[in-house]
Amino acid sequence: MFTGSKTLFALGIVLCLVGAACGGEEGATEGASTAKGPIDIWYSDNPEEIAWGKKVVADWNKGHPNEKVTGEQIPAGETSEEVIGAAITAGNTPCLVFNTAPAAVPGFQQQGGLVSLSGFSDGDSYIEERAGEVAQQYKSLDGGYYQMPWKLNPVMIFYNKDVFKKAGLDPENPPLNTHDEFVQTSQELVDKGGVTAAIWPAPTSEFFQSWFDFYPLFIAESGGKQLVEGTKPQFTSEDGMAVADFWSQMYHQGLSQKELYNGDAFADGESAMAIVGPWAIAVYGDDVNWGVSPVPTAEGVSPEETYTFSDEKSVGMYSACENQGTAWDFLKFATSKANDGEFLETTGQMPMRTDITSVYADYFKANPESEAFADQASRVTEVPNVPNSIEMWQDFRDAYSESVIFGKSEPEEALQQAADSIQQLVSEE
Amino acid sequence: MAVATRPRPLAQRILGNQPIGALFVAPYIIFLIAVFAYPLGFALYMSFYDYFFAAPGAVVDRPFVGLDNYTSVLGDPVFRTAVWNIAKFMIINVPLTVVMSLVLATALNAKLPYRTFFRAAYYVPYVTASVAIVGIWLFLFNENGLVNAVLGDLAPQPTWLVNEFWAMPMIALLVTWKGMGFYVLLYLAALQNVPEELHEAAAVDGANTIQRFFYITVPGVRPATVLVVILSTIVGAQIFTESYLLTGGGGPNNASVTPVLLMYREGIEQNHPGVAAAIGVLLAIAVMALALFNRFVLERD
Repeated sequence: MFTGSKTLFALGIVLCLVGAACGGEEGATEGASTAKGPIDIWYSDNPEEIAWGKKVVADWNKGHPNEKVTGEQIPAGETSEEVIGAAITAGNTPCLVFNTAPAAVPGFQQQGGLVSLSGFSDGDSYIEERAGEVAQQYKSLDGGYYQMPWKLNPVMIFYNKDVFKKAGLDPENPPLNTHDEFVQTSQELVDKGGVTAAIWPAPTSEFFQSWFDFYPLFIAESGGKQLVEGTKPQFTSEDGMAVADFWSQMYHQGLSQKELYNGDAFADGESAMAIVGPWAIAVYGDDVNWGVSPVPTAEGVSPEETYTFSDEKSVGMYSACENQGTAWDFLKFATSKANDGEFLETTGQMPMRTDITSVYADYFKANPESEAFADQASRVTEVPNVPNSIEMWQDFRDAYSESVIFGKSEPEEALQQAADSIQQLVSEE
Repeated sequence: MAVATRPRPLAQRILGNQPIGALFVAPYIIFLIAVFAYPLGFALYMSFYDYFFAAPGAVVDRPFVGLDNYTSVLGDPVFRTAVWNIAKFMIINVPLTVVMSLVLATALNAKLPYRTFFRAAYYVPYVTASVAIVGIWLFLFNENGLVNAVLGDLAPQPTWLVNEFWAMPMIALLVTWKGMGFYVLLYLAALQNVPEELHEAAAVDGANTIQRFFYITVPGVRPATVLVVILSTIVGAQIFTESYLLTGGGGPNNASVTPVLLMYREGIEQNHPGVAAAIGVLLAIAVMALALFNRFVLERD
């Protein structure tokens, strides 16, 4: 009896604590959308983007002593999405994050973490004027923009000219256009080029890895389709199967390795090619004698018609922001023609603007090597903006890994199964 | 006695005969409630709801879903793989831990030269960060790593960490090796309680070293063995870092995925904490059952 009442007492404490946690929801902040005042922002943590971020913040602060912007790097974490997700729950997100992944936007939106930019009177028009037609891919299901498409890294095939030369291949015109050519070239690179793998995408199971192996080739093959259109998975089409077969062959023949390389395989000369965006120019720049080629397709599409994955990052405005009026003004300031140009120059990444090749003609004259990427930037496809987006990518990755990378099952069957479960996932709500 | 049957005041019944004692235990009780009881209760609550983390103040709908999270977890083939994976892990890790640490502790308890050095050496991996050790194992066991260079054609194909058969045993070996120092320490302490006289008496009766080990040392440290088995079972059930880092997120092809890694994927990456909580509750129940079973088997005479 004595111990019994003590247990009850302890249990009571636990239950009332749990009960308290389930109760009280606070009201949302009102009237924030026009409020002005100091704000915080986060930008990415690579040296180029930090340099740009600091400069833009300093420029803004010179003219706006009462609306001071404090910029800092996004706090360290396994992925930015995790950090932002946790910050949303804790209610301490900054006003703007210049590193918001479109795949995470539906989730952040569901969490009540994002502000709809369409709520600003010039929201839609500003975004659509700046980014053009492609902006439509960033609309959420309710028709609003919960992200500003900001910059992209259209992915292409980066190759090491020295390895190609060594393998007896023409480094200026490498045969990489069709799937068959690509496989044959890869075989020669591995046989004679002194590399462990022809191309070495990360073969691990993280949900986002498909963005850098299957997805760009699928987009190219299908002329710009997304993984899912509406609620219908697209990757089980003939185009999807062709790409799955291509990668199966690469893994099966040992032209791509099934093990994660402990470091950067391309920089270390362990692989002859890599799937990268224009950021790679700054990173590999002088260390590797590189060339760039569009991603391959089954029959070979001309470069001017090849689509690829955008690897885009957006700017999100987060609901914990008190001075949303200032945040919106700063967002427009940071994505102005001048600051976009500054961004291009500092980082080599492409601002999400129409006609960048003509707007920043001087830059591309001085950096002709970026032009292939700039040209590619006009033909890009985004990840679909659907519910359960991360789960969808994980399901896809699991099926792909099992069948294509490790050959434990038939790609057609495994991907069909994934398509069935994905169709359900994206139809929820 | 009449005094004993009279109902005592409520406060006294709850706080006991020495109310001031409650004050002394209060800090720990508060700590326990804040970091253990509350999260545990909250996890239990979440596991019955379509719960997700939301911004403070956001008006969101998190309906009660009964046992849906549990049925979806139990119906998920990846979860079953994960359970099977930690079963494999424990089959290797627990016996190996017990045998190796007892043998090593016995050796270190003897009058070895450089005994202090060896004692410290076995303890070093235990206090080293997992991430650093994983880094070293990656270099040792990758396709072109040191181990394969030594093995030559004997190396498994595909290589260790991307081989579905070897991935989980590799993790089990790493964790066994890493945790060994701690268990050796437990056994060393237990060995101090085995009376020297028993050994001497047995020696007089003609028992050799091996017989003395099995008939005196092993029964003598049985309480420590119970502790080692239960602790290593609990540690095994919670494997995360090694699967996450050594085999690239539970690879190859989910061959080293664990329940806690799934909790991370569901709860943090995919924002389904309800499902993650259900996994956690199932895991906690399973570990408790296993620990009770271990105790029952090891403590009966």
